[in-house]
Amino acid sequence: MKRIFAIATKQPIWLFVLAITIFFSFSSPYFFDLNNFSNILVQASTIGLIALGMTYVMINGNIDLSVGATVALAASLAVGLQPALGIPGAVCVGLLSGIAIGALNGIIAWKTGVDAFIVTLGAMIGVRGLVFIYTEEQSFYAFDFAYSDFGSSTLFSVPTLALIFIALTILAHLMLKYSVHGRNVFAVGGNRVAAKEAGIRVGPHMLINFILVGFLAALSGILLSTQMGASTPNLGRNYELWAITAVVLGGTRLTGGFGSIIGTFGGVLAIAILRNGMNLLQVPSFYVLIILGSILIIVLIIDKRFAEQQGQGVGA
Amino acid sequence: MKAWVESLKSGLPGKDVSPLQFFGKHGISVAFVVCVVVFSLASSKFLSADNFFTVVMQASIIGTIALGVTFVVIGGNLDLSVGSLLSFSTVLVVDLHDKVDPGMAIVLMFLFTLLIGAVNGYLIGYLRLNSLIVTLGMLSAIQGITLVYTGGKNVDIADQENTWFAFFGREELFGIPVPALLFITLGIILQIVLVKTGFGRKIFAIGGNGTAALFSGLRRNRLVFSTYLLSAFTTGCAALILGSRVMGSQNNVGEGYELLVLAGVILGGTSLLGGSGSIVRTIIGVLILALIQNGLLLLGYPYYTQWLVTWGVIIVAVWLDIAAKRGKLLSTY
Repeated sequence: MKRIFAIATKQPIWLFVLAITIFFSFSSPYFFDLNNFSNILVQASTIGLIALGMTYVMINGNIDLSVGATVALAASLAVGLQPALGIPGAVCVGLLSGIAIGALNGIIAWKTGVDAFIVTLGAMIGVRGLVFIYTEEQSFYAFDFAYSDFGSSTLFSVPTLALIFIALTILAHLMLKYSVHGRNVFAVGGNRVAAKEAGIRVGPHMLINFILVGFLAALSGILLSTQMGASTPNLGRNYELWAITAVVLGGTRLTGGFGSIIGTFGGVLAIAILRNGMNLLQVPSFYVLIILGSILIIVLIIDKRFAEQQGQGVGA
Repeated sequence: MKAWVESLKSGLPGKDVSPLQFFGKHGISVAFVVCVVVFSLASSKFLSADNFFTVVMQASIIGTIALGVTFVVIGGNLDLSVGSLLSFSTVLVVDLHDKVDPGMAIVLMFLFTLLIGAVNGYLIGYLRLNSLIVTLGMLSAIQGITLVYTGGKNVDIADQENTWFAFFGREELFGIPVPALLFITLGIILQIVLVKTGFGRKIFAIGGNGTAALFSGLRRNRLVFSTYLLSAFTTGCAALILGSRVMGSQNNVGEGYELLVLAGVILGGTSLLGGSGSIVRTIIGVLILALIQNGLLLLGYPYYTQWLVTWGVIIVAVWLDIAAKRGKLLSTY
């Protein structure tokens, strides 16, 4: 009982995931099904990949609002350049664009000292401008079917996209938990001044995290475009908000220094299961927005109550 | 305004003031002048009263919301829900226009808009929850409520020619478009409230150091609550302008506005940490964004070029601001 309580306070989102899984299993005959579960994982992968990187950035005490625009940039480049460069070349350019945007954000935040919220707010607007300039407001279609085939392909009868997502989740978890970089991310997020005094180079760690989230956003955009066989200049709008929602649901604090990939994975699954389950129950998707918004606030209230009981403020 | 001109005079670069400090303090005014000069030289159509009012009118919706959000930000919080709230309020006022009558529609719209503002204010002011996450949740929830209300359909006013509702968005008063007039009048009133009243000073106090303000006997809860009512109110005003101009509304008309509003507020030099900022500078910030948009369009660039320029302008503006306070251009970590 004590152990359950410990889990509930540490990772309340997994209890919620369990609860909605049970609820939807009983209320819809189509929900509890391996095919549907792999569906959910594929649907979760788009926001999920971004959320993995966002977890690093947020534990580090920053935030990245430009990921949605990066999704569109990478997808547009990866689809639009295919006639010129072939699929591998175009995908590489797409991934590089994400790394470049991340590096730019990171260097600006590091060198100028401007708050990451503002830096990436600027980038969110500007990168969307880049997308529109490159695409001239056109959608691109992948004429080579090998590209869209990848999006629906399976490996060991599991969708490839789901496998990529799971593999990267495990990798991100291990890196956060057991690498020097991961440890320092917590240290910098917990107390930037103290971390600096202890000899941790704050700037480079911020830079690495922004590159990481840029890369993952680009990957997410490219994988999304393989699912659609196309890219649109408005792709990824509001994805930054969804990714932040998932990360916060997973228990990562905006003030930095606290959070986990496992929690984020739970947050991502919660969103995906809710969407999928309510879709199966034929509830209009509007209600999902209301429920998710409410859950976000309720999680915050619960988190605050527990923090007060333990005598530690959530802060800001 | 007068004090602002005075401070401008005293801060000119010279013996005591380094160029970095000067640009940090008055960068926004300089940027405004530079924008006007550059675009005037580049396009003959730019510098005219007509075009100026066009710019103010274009800025009026984002600008009106930014007025209220400036109070929220000075108080040390954020409001990301204003975009969704704008969609909600616009849909509501347009939809009710035909169902009840225009006057009643406006009253009901403000009632519900302020109600949502009160929910924000209660959660952030009284429950002391993180404003970014609460308003992020509200962003999603309000969008959902709007969609549930309309059932996903767009709303229209049937008789668009013969309604006095057109006043707020389509007509002119003293030769000035009403949206521009509303925006500027509201701006002047709120600037006076912010600078000349005890309420304004208290907002600065809670944003600067909330705990200190609390210990000095300020009712932080109530003050934070009131800033959210204010941002909901200005969002309602913006919805009035938008609904009246378009005479219809999409469900997601305000999507993304929250961040454009913040861009204007930040460009005006209001610190996201709270405790400093000004309505006049927010207005200049919003006008600069509109000037860039207008000027680039007149020069024949596609509309999305402005986003790229905005990116650079925001970062450079905040950078100079911070660098001036720090006394060094680059940060130390």
